[in-house]
Amino acid sequence: MASSTELLYSEEHNLVRKMAYDFTRNEVMPIIAEHDRKHTFPFELLPKMAQLGFLGICLPVCYGGAGMDFLSLGIVSEALEYGDSSVRETVAVHLALHALPIFQWGTEEQKETFLPGLACGDHVACFGLTEPGAGSDVAAIQTRAVSEGGDYILTGEKMWITLADVADRFLVFAKTQPDQGARGITAFILERGWQGLTTGTLEGKMGVRASNTGWINMQDVRVPAGHRLGEEGEGFKIAMSCLDNARFGVAAGSVGIIRACIDESVKYALQRKTFGKPIAEHQLVQQMIAQMQQDLDIGELLVWKAGTLKNQGVRNTRETSMAKWFCTEAARRAADNAVQVHGAYGYSDEYNVERHLRNTKSAVIYEGTSQIHTLMQAAYTLGMREDRPLRCPMPAYDPDSWQ
Amino acid sequence: MAILVWIEQHEGQAVSNCWELLARAKELGGELGADAAALLIGSDTGEAAQQAFAYGADRVLAANAPTLEHFRLQPFAAVAEQAVERTAAIAFLTNASIRGGVLAATVACRRSAGIAANATDLKVEEGRLLAARTIYSGNIHAEIQFESSLAVASVRPRSFPMPAPRDATGTVEDLNVGPNEDEVRQKISEFRATDTGEVSLTDAHIIVSGGRGVAEDPPKGFELVGELASTLGAALGASRAAVDAGYIPYKHQVGQTGKTVRPDLYIACGISGAIQHLAGMGNSKIIVAINKDPDAPIFQRAKYGIVDDLFKTVPALTAEFSKRLK
Amino acid sequence: MNVAVLIKQTPDTAELPRVTVAEAQSGQLQATMVINPWDEFAVEEAIDLSDRFGCETVAISMGREGETDALKHALAMGVDSAVHVDERVIDGGDEWATAEALAAAVKKVDTGEEVELVLAGKMSVDGNSSVIYAGVACKLGWDLLVNVTRIVDIVDGKLIAEQAFEGGQETVEVPLPVVISVAKEINEPRYPSFMGIRKASRASIPTLGRDDLEIRPSSTTRWTDLNKPEPEDVQVRIFDGASVEEKVAQLADALMAEKVI
Repeated sequence: MASSTELLYSEEHNLVRKMAYDFTRNEVMPIIAEHDRKHTFPFELLPKMAQLGFLGICLPVCYGGAGMDFLSLGIVSEALEYGDSSVRETVAVHLALHALPIFQWGTEEQKETFLPGLACGDHVACFGLTEPGAGSDVAAIQTRAVSEGGDYILTGEKMWITLADVADRFLVFAKTQPDQGARGITAFILERGWQGLTTGTLEGKMGVRASNTGWINMQDVRVPAGHRLGEEGEGFKIAMSCLDNARFGVAAGSVGIIRACIDESVKYALQRKTFGKPIAEHQLVQQMIAQMQQDLDIGELLVWKAGTLKNQGVRNTRETSMAKWFCTEAARRAADNAVQVHGAYGYSDEYNVERHLRNTKSAVIYEGTSQIHTLMQAAYTLGMREDRPLRCPMPAYDPDSWQ
Repeated sequence: MAILVWIEQHEGQAVSNCWELLARAKELGGELGADAAALLIGSDTGEAAQQAFAYGADRVLAANAPTLEHFRLQPFAAVAEQAVERTAAIAFLTNASIRGGVLAATVACRRSAGIAANATDLKVEEGRLLAARTIYSGNIHAEIQFESSLAVASVRPRSFPMPAPRDATGTVEDLNVGPNEDEVRQKISEFRATDTGEVSLTDAHIIVSGGRGVAEDPPKGFELVGELASTLGAALGASRAAVDAGYIPYKHQVGQTGKTVRPDLYIACGISGAIQHLAGMGNSKIIVAINKDPDAPIFQRAKYGIVDDLFKTVPALTAEFSKRLK
Repeated sequence: MNVAVLIKQTPDTAELPRVTVAEAQSGQLQATMVINPWDEFAVEEAIDLSDRFGCETVAISMGREGETDALKHALAMGVDSAVHVDERVIDGGDEWATAEALAAAVKKVDTGEEVELVLAGKMSVDGNSSVIYAGVACKLGWDLLVNVTRIVDIVDGKLIAEQAFEGGQETVEVPLPVVISVAKEINEPRYPSFMGIRKASRASIPTLGRDDLEIRPSSTTRWTDLNKPEPEDVQVRIFDGASVEEKVAQLADALMAEKVI
């Protein structure tokens, strides 16, 4: 019998769901706890994900992608994060924060040059916006790009960059007009091996330990003009449009965490006995389980709504922000409750729930903190914010031309 | 009228589970007024045929020929059908091994007979033979009544107690050996016994299994578990988690996607007791759990437990038994 | 030579413990239904054979009306076509009626060339009987190899395979046509590809019903007294002690007293 989730989606989506969850259960879950414990990146998963087409799932076949839609991206994100946030992050950063912006803003030549290698995983890519002194306040970035003989010379430092030490392609934002604030930012595609570009890994993270997080340092890195994405000064808009892609994956992934927390808590609550009965029969445990289920049901609908708008090519900054805000907070709640249901064992890394709890604390910070989303939603509702059309909107999903 | 039991042989040796089945056939035959008949098919059935009398057979039928050296379905099924006819069998029983299962199914289908595959019990009620078996991977039990004149069952190893041999002999009835070599379509070009002296899981009286608890040093962990197994003359088992993680080959896996076992003693070392694992060993007579997590579900099914690190407990247990079993 | 692979739609293994007696009796399950995991090995082998020998592959599954998720999964993995057999053709009959229906379907499917090889998984996670493929071989009058761990070659109308059994392994040669049940060791089933998923979701799967297959009724067994065993609530005895040596000595005493060692 179809679950309510399956009814929201087409048969194609439900086949994707089974495939992606099978992948997570068979390939991710057996190895990920150990990687998390050791703070190591699961390199062995990259070729497997590339081979299945995860790294280019919602890129058209003509650019080497799998030609699937944005709902499929959501489903795969959900399934991967059911296993661990780090694995979903890899897809989000590589695809949503690097390949999709090229697909959206790039020239035809740039798409043909860059996308096939990204879609098949020959290149692994990341996104460099945040700096030691500029996170939510994007206009405050310090990285400079100076025009010189048709090229640009980039100097600066990026921090908290997922896949910094793994990637060989970098979408980096730098100021071409330092006095212009947000309007002075331009986007560039950098390649590993270029002189002056170095990367490193940041240690001591609370969560997402099986992901690579690091820094990118640029000392007079020469970037050809053909590697500039979009127009000069268009970087801020590009960065914000990237967030519409990535936040969607974060929201969908959080739904996967809630589902994992429910599955593990239900299993444990039915098995573990206190005071002569399974703890599932204690009402305060039931309350926590019910809360998780409520959050799951709401989260699924918000993700489905945002993904459907994306498929239709409708601007969805507002809906995606809402989905990201709600789902990440709900996932943090669910993980917190799941640890509580598991009691002392939940606090130990013998069970997955403590890892989810550490991971979800990161999700309410990255891709716009919950506070940023709160302000955005207030502004939309109060009529203080309006999204103006972009020069290059993300195209609607068109099965005929994408496949 | 007879209850016919196929005595499976490996390298000329009878598979001991078949004697359990033969002894049960003798009891059932007593209630139904049928002989317990043993069927041997092979190129060297002499010794096993005499053993069959010792384990309770009223009649022993044998087909002996070079064509029957290795199990091949076509000639074996032909001989088995012949034996069913010769003895006017009301039941044909096999050990639920890979070959026993396929021989039972083939004979049953050819004779339009009802089959209880992988049965766990056989009994007589109101003059009728009934078989018990499980479906949904052990989660539902069912009884099977036969509506056909011949009842066929393949029966799980260790479903009945092992009988003690009697001092009995008899005359073996020779069967027609079936098709000659030219007519046998299957040709075996290479045959390797993979039995390395390890006790096989499904036959074992004692199983010692290791699970994810060995993770901090898997080779050492399974070395310790293996030492305990060999001290006890036990088979070595493993949970799916240990097999999936590559600590030990699949053939050792116990559980829903591995082997179903029912030994007298099952010692689970560092196995949490996932439902899928319990499905494969939950019917063991005595379960012992060694786990450092006192809340591991395995303790809810175990009769005895030690809450401690297996890397300390298992070698201590090996030492203790080496002392006592000397 | 074309290849048919027999598959079944069964409950997700994780949900098997939740199957109730009423569901088992009616066959109407609440559980998520997926392709029987053992059958994935057969599907993978069929696809692999089509790559090696250029044969066409068809998946056949008997089930309720519209029960085609397992067939869609096989299509998504890469089989060329799929055929659904409406279970009403056997009218509630037994394993042999099922086998006859599947054998008739193997004869009926139109894949261009004749099907000369039928592949099946070693058992279903719901029925647990491992007899259907044996029945199919009987009804077709074909040879049968079981628990095959490798198909070495198909040459001159003969198939060479390795099959494993308790305590041994053999290489066997048999003329086509043949029915084969495959073991887990034979391969590692692939995940469906996105292209396969698109193809599968668009495929319309033909059904063979009473008008297409005439099956003799067969009902050789009656299932009675279905029940769900409740695990006994064994009270575990945990041995305490100051040292591991003390604990294991108590355990050894207990096991010696039980006479299991």
